[in-house]
Amino acid sequence: MDGASVRRRLVRDTRVRIALVVLAVIALSAILAPHIAPYDPKQQLDITHLNGQPPSLAHPFGTDPFSRDVLSRLIFGTRVSLAIALSAVAIAMTFGTLFGAIAGYVGGTVDAVLMRIVDAAFSIPTLLLLIVVIALWGDIGIVSLTLLIASIGWFTVSRLVRAETLVVRNADYVVAARALGMPGWRVLVRHVLPNVVAPAIIASTLAVGNVILLEAGLSFLGIGVRPPTPSWGSIIQDGSERVSDLWWLTVFPGLAILITVFACNALGDALRDALDSGQLLSSFDDAPLSS
Amino acid sequence: MTPPLLEIDNLRTWFYTDSGVARSVDGVSMRVDAGETLGVVGESGCGKSVTALSILRLIRAPGRIEPGSAIRFEGKDLLTLAEADIRHVRGNRIAMVFQEPMTALNPVFTVGDQIAEVARIHTDMSRKEAAAKAVEMLRLVGIPDPERRATEYPHQLSGGMRQRIVIAMALVMNPALLIADEPTTALDVTIQAQILELLADLTRRLGTSILLITHDLGVVAENCTRVIVMYAGEVVEEATTSDLFRHAHHPYTEGLLGAMPRVGGHAERLATIPGTVPAPTNWPAGCRFRERCEYAWERCEQEHPPLYQIGEGHVSRCHLAVEPERRANRHVPIAAQVGAGAA
Amino acid sequence: MRRYLAGRLLQALGVVVFVTTLTFVLIHLAPGDPIGQALQGPNVTEAVRNEWRAAYGLDRPLPEQYLRWVASAARGQFGYSFSQHRPVRDVLAESLPRTLLLSSIAILFSFGLGIGVGLLQAERPRGARDRWLGRVLLLLYSVPDFWLALMVLILFAYRLPLFPAGGLHDSVTYAYMSPTGQLLDRIKHLVLPVLTLTMLSTASIARYQRSALVAVLRTDWMRTALAKGLSWRQAVRQHAFRNALLPTITLFSLTVPTFAAGAIFVEMVFSWPGMGFNTVHAIAARDYPLVTSGVLVSSVIVVITALLADIAVAAADPRVRLS
Repeated sequence: MDGASVRRRLVRDTRVRIALVVLAVIALSAILAPHIAPYDPKQQLDITHLNGQPPSLAHPFGTDPFSRDVLSRLIFGTRVSLAIALSAVAIAMTFGTLFGAIAGYVGGTVDAVLMRIVDAAFSIPTLLLLIVVIALWGDIGIVSLTLLIASIGWFTVSRLVRAETLVVRNADYVVAARALGMPGWRVLVRHVLPNVVAPAIIASTLAVGNVILLEAGLSFLGIGVRPPTPSWGSIIQDGSERVSDLWWLTVFPGLAILITVFACNALGDALRDALDSGQLLSSFDDAPLSS
Repeated sequence: MTPPLLEIDNLRTWFYTDSGVARSVDGVSMRVDAGETLGVVGESGCGKSVTALSILRLIRAPGRIEPGSAIRFEGKDLLTLAEADIRHVRGNRIAMVFQEPMTALNPVFTVGDQIAEVARIHTDMSRKEAAAKAVEMLRLVGIPDPERRATEYPHQLSGGMRQRIVIAMALVMNPALLIADEPTTALDVTIQAQILELLADLTRRLGTSILLITHDLGVVAENCTRVIVMYAGEVVEEATTSDLFRHAHHPYTEGLLGAMPRVGGHAERLATIPGTVPAPTNWPAGCRFRERCEYAWERCEQEHPPLYQIGEGHVSRCHLAVEPERRANRHVPIAAQVGAGAA
Repeated sequence: MRRYLAGRLLQALGVVVFVTTLTFVLIHLAPGDPIGQALQGPNVTEAVRNEWRAAYGLDRPLPEQYLRWVASAARGQFGYSFSQHRPVRDVLAESLPRTLLLSSIAILFSFGLGIGVGLLQAERPRGARDRWLGRVLLLLYSVPDFWLALMVLILFAYRLPLFPAGGLHDSVTYAYMSPTGQLLDRIKHLVLPVLTLTMLSTASIARYQRSALVAVLRTDWMRTALAKGLSWRQAVRQHAFRNALLPTITLFSLTVPTFAAGAIFVEMVFSWPGMGFNTVHAIAARDYPLVTSGVLVSSVIVVITALLADIAVAAADPRVRLS
């Protein structure tokens, strides 16, 4: 497929432009959190007069039951939520890519065994297990949380990458490289991996959205990011006992999650479409019916 | 003179792709007379399949049949028909047989149902009558034990059988014109002959005209009365089959004939045409075959050749028609010079 | 076919054994135990707690505890729930039907809706209708499940008090209602959780159905169908749809685990005392038998649906059925 035409298609796609702007704004607010947040996110400003106040000029997103400024917590929460999502996805994708590439490249029994593992992983209620583990182990830190989330996120990508590797493995240039005596791992790194990045990138983009949702869900259950550290999910958790009157604790962080995840998913969809129609159009003469 | 059954006039089917407008069919005219078998030959990408699909308006986005094109059939312009009226033509007056019998049939319906469906669409036959019609069609195309076969699914049949099913499906309504797009390319050589014979036999009996699209001049020689050679979205030569094989005019046709294996021929290497078909998004100015041509000269670069009349029913899109002495000047084509090492 | 089924069954059994063993080990390796949780406080000495542990067999080596649990689970005895003070079997018998009720209604709605929307989209891929529906679906697909539940709760139970905020039925007046009134009350309590769960899963079903259909639309036999004289709509609805339903059956089995997860949050937010609600509370209480059984039951359901879906695909697809 033609890389230039994929790029052209992406640049022209409105979804891509909007998503990138949104994600850039979110990433910037995470980086600049200490400079743009009006208050200290953990400071209880005035527990008697400022607890659970609705949005006002001084506190545009209101305050929580501990009299903390929700906007500031949201901005700092962006850091935590994004950091967890990005690192969990990076770990999961690296592992999944290697797993899939090795399975596909080595083939034979190794492939069969590795893919059986993935099949099994697909058929178990991973979220439930994750909840059990995290809940029972109690006060786990953000690092362990990230690792645990990563541990259930690599199956899909490993399947994708394996399928892609199987295709690349028999390509002429890979066969040639092997025939020339290039060691297996070098062929894998030099020739196979660069060719399987495309599906891995799409999967990663979609995975970031999923992990943000997962972290928020766990924090909402009170077993993800622990207080007083703010994350998008834990702010909602802070208000979950009183959703009927403290709606701003639910609405604003939820919108932050929704917008971010939506941007990630839109970007992932656009990437997939761009790559997909690239393949489609290259054979337009044979298949004029495809639209 | 009776009007032709089908007359294509200046058909242009363009595809609006990201990498530009692909002018896959670029001003094609041809006619099919009642009862005749017309062969359309060319390499893949020359626009012959797109022409075939354009006749039944089966072109979808990003493809478009450009205004100014006309396809007249039984006194109507198919391109201006209402959607409901063109559907009445499809499968009824004009039927198609596709290249790939493995994928042309829906895997989750029995072949009997798929044949019967045609009758159900175009007549008010009951389900039962249509099913009986399907069995009858299966018998017609020479499938043994048709009652049982009708209840089978495509994957249970061999490629040759499936192509018979596709043909049965096409002939249900006894169409006036059958468009066969490379009907044997995907089949074994022995099956190919059987299928072609079946087609010829059936259409002779039913009086159907055939538009036979192929890249195989051998198939043309055996089945067609007239031939159209297409190159780069255009007709480059048209002649009766015997004329074409005896005095091919266009250098491209010469090349195709040279590339044809002959029974009892010398064991020398088959000639090939150097280079490849240019991209449909960017047809060269002048003659589109120029770079691959052994005779090309300055005029071919500057002037897009029209279809020259060179004999009774014989036209050719080559300036050699007006400067025949150039035929003596054979040289190595540009395409072969550039890629000299590779060939 | 029979060999295929036997193989699938064996595989399903393997997954169930693996998951429950894993859960059992994980739970027992985790810090804390039910006795510590139930008998907290300075007034109970460690010696007393140990007596209780011995009484429930919690002092035995892990493999022994595991074998005991497997042996009794096989007989339908799932042990005693420490947090609910009654046999786990009773808890399951009560909460499983509730979750099944909730999920099956939502599954019915979301598959109907999802398949319909996917069809509407795929009829004209990349047309205006496809794009707009696609955006709405992507938005729904990006919504955090618990947040959607909370928003539905805030909007339709608090801001506009149309429906009750949670529970199975009205806790005070239910007992005094007529049978019809009781039924209506139960339905009213089902509306919001079902609505939430339906919205959540419709998005992914429709997206999947659309892409399955679009893939089918590109096939040669769709072109054949058009060349026969079928209209585009007929070809999509009669030819493509039937083919695209095959992956949807598979999707069904993939959706069930998602449903299990979505149901956890929905049950939590709407205080629907089903499996998810009970399991989360059991985890907090370190109620080993209840957690383990909860996971066992969920994985059995997940595995069984996957199995059924595979069989259904095999039955519906002549290529599989007849080979």
